[in-house]
Amino acid sequence: MTAVIAVPSSLDDLTFEHVLEQLAPHPADAKVIVDARHTTFATPFGLTALLALAQTRAERPELLPPDDPDTVSYWARAGFFRFAEELFTVRGSVPRPRSAGESDVLLEVTPVTKSDDVHEVVERIQAKAAKILIDKLHLEPRATMGFAMTLSEACQNIVEHAGRGGWVMVQAYRYKKRLGGRFVVVIAVCDAGVGFRRSLESGQRRPLTDRWDDAMALETAVVNGVSRYGEPGRGQGLKGIRGYVHRRDGKFSVRSGTARIAYVPPWDDDVPRREGLAPFPGAQLLIAIPEKVGAAA
Amino acid sequence: MTRIDVGSVLRHSANVPFSDLVTRPTGAAVRRCLERELAALTEGDVAVLDFSRIGMMDFSCADEVVAKLLLALAEQESRPGYVVFHGITDAHLEAIEDVLHHHGLALVVHFADGGARLVGTVSDDERSVWELVAARGALAAADVALAAGRELDEMARVLDSLRRRRLLRHDGLTYGPVGPVT
Repeated sequence: MTAVIAVPSSLDDLTFEHVLEQLAPHPADAKVIVDARHTTFATPFGLTALLALAQTRAERPELLPPDDPDTVSYWARAGFFRFAEELFTVRGSVPRPRSAGESDVLLEVTPVTKSDDVHEVVERIQAKAAKILIDKLHLEPRATMGFAMTLSEACQNIVEHAGRGGWVMVQAYRYKKRLGGRFVVVIAVCDAGVGFRRSLESGQRRPLTDRWDDAMALETAVVNGVSRYGEPGRGQGLKGIRGYVHRRDGKFSVRSGTARIAYVPPWDDDVPRREGLAPFPGAQLLIAIPEKVGAAA
Repeated sequence: MTRIDVGSVLRHSANVPFSDLVTRPTGAAVRRCLERELAALTEGDVAVLDFSRIGMMDFSCADEVVAKLLLALAEQESRPGYVVFHGITDAHLEAIEDVLHHHGLALVVHFADGGARLVGTVSDDERSVWELVAARGALAAADVALAAGRELDEMARVLDSLRRRRLLRHDGLTYGPVGPVT
């Protein structure tokens, strides 16, 4: 039997949970149709997570793209279909994307598998994002460097720990839901690899506690800075991301397995910790940096 | 003085066409190359690691290139030379400071704008004595004590700590800056 997974009209890190809840009862080899026909908005997290979702399926899933021409055009410009067509059977015709680098997206959906990919991503984001980060988000030049560092560390999480490739996407837009329409730049890095719990177990870095689950693994890695590698300098990447996001009044969330942990700024009403979520392999990172308040317009 | 162009090391050792020091494997490749170069230092030599042609540096790469390099040098009891970083900008500093603090290390850094600073984990006494020597040039412990208005024994201990950490040179009776300081 084929299961139809309805993609919400607005697809972001929180509504993606509805997708996973629908998917949870169906084994990996079950046929699924991912129905995005009624989707009119998707964040970088939504797009990269959809690709990671397809990676988890043993049976190639189908994708029904958005009906709305503006939405499907944006997904094409974001480079989504370039990779979706490798992982899904995409029904109907979708716009041909322009060549990478020509779109209005800060960093189109980009695969991250190896260390060289991170170099490429950092190079591209610096060339394209600096002006927007300074002009729209009013970040000082040093903060734009921190942004590239944050992006680099988030991508390296895939290379170092996931055990398989993932995707990154960066976009800046006005945040209508909150922040009074301020600009926000969002980094999403999603993979369907081994996830935090198995990564720590593989390095025998599980803490000596009775309780051990995805939430504990996230706390161990993200909050306490423990990596599967025992060397003293390891685990600094996530700590660096946390520090940068905190200084910029931003948001940082990490989902892995059945848990999600978030550093929530005052402007957001997310919860710091969610457990018992629908299972999803790998790790999914979201970083949101808002426009600096009080800066010269 | 031995000058090592880290940008050139990056391109040759890690074989990447970019100017940014990012990712741990890249950092490890660069560090191994730097270690080979530094092994040739003789007593009193100063190796200037020139970052002028490096774009940015992330935390993971800084841990490999900066922290692990300094930790390896610190383990060498009879380490002959000195290392200073040159051409450092804001694009490098955040990651460098972060990893130095994490490992309790310190480093003499020459900035792209010509200024020199002690970066990393140092005590207030170490910093003020280092700044005094950097400003005045080579000084004996008694001169430092006099200028700082402190006890000679105290200042001798601080100077010795800076010498052991290779943040000042010790030449006969005087302690001097490592490399050219402006």
